[in-house]
Amino acid sequence: MAYEGALVALADPTRRRVFEQLRTGPKSVGGIARDMPVSRPAVSQHLRVLKEAGLVRDEQDGARRVYSIDPRGLGPLRRWLDQFWDQALDAFKAEVERPTPLPSPRRRRRS
Amino acid sequence: MNRTISISPVLKDIDVNAPPARAFEVFAGFRWWPKSHSILESKSPQVAVTIEPKVGGRWFERGEDGSECDWGKVLTWEPPKRMVLTWMLDSTFQINPNVVTEIEVTFTAIGANRTHVSLEHRLFDRYGEEGEKIRAAVDSPDGWPGLLKSFAEAAAA
Repeated sequence: MAYEGALVALADPTRRRVFEQLRTGPKSVGGIARDMPVSRPAVSQHLRVLKEAGLVRDEQDGARRVYSIDPRGLGPLRRWLDQFWDQALDAFKAEVERPTPLPSPRRRRRS
Repeated sequence: MNRTISISPVLKDIDVNAPPARAFEVFAGFRWWPKSHSILESKSPQVAVTIEPKVGGRWFERGEDGSECDWGKVLTWEPPKRMVLTWMLDSTFQINPNVVTEIEVTFTAIGANRTHVSLEHRLFDRYGEEGEKIRAAVDSPDGWPGLLKSFAEAAAA
């Protein structure tokens, strides 16, 4: 599946920063490396992993290659979580609103 | 083409007929947790989901056979208003100590006996600094094994 490994790819803090650099728009490897204390080859390597995980895509823009976030990357996971929490919170509401159990019957005093 | 893309968090809201203190308590008791969402390796039926009510406390489940599986940690514990938890979860629905998502739940009174519960499940975007710290501190014992599999099954169902 395309999204498998997406979160694993983002678990690396540096790679996540590379990914986050693309949030404001497509960038080239050089553009990303300029704003980070990481070499261009390292940025390229991170981009490759992100691309394999379906999180970024690349295209040729004239002489340079630019990378951008592929918004489809985390879609399936988000959709699943969305459904999961709907279900879970409904169950939570049902429990909160369940009438409190009646106090246990008073012990009968032996006469 | 210029746009800002974010991995938006999953946001959920629900109003419940109870004061915040009770809503918080019931939430933290996790008896409402769908029993099918268990990731115990032993496949033992889930008997409890437990949260240790303090910062740094464990969030874990226990099976009938006594086996336990950690799900995450408590980052913020402010009863009856707010809790922030980490949930170690990756996209293959395996426990992965390197992948920490963050869940923030707030409880706001909206009437004498009514509470607005709002849940934010952050994936990576708007990730709290606390999360980073905890993430670094989280132990990664060997063999947090093939967990959350049933999550995947539930997802596929």
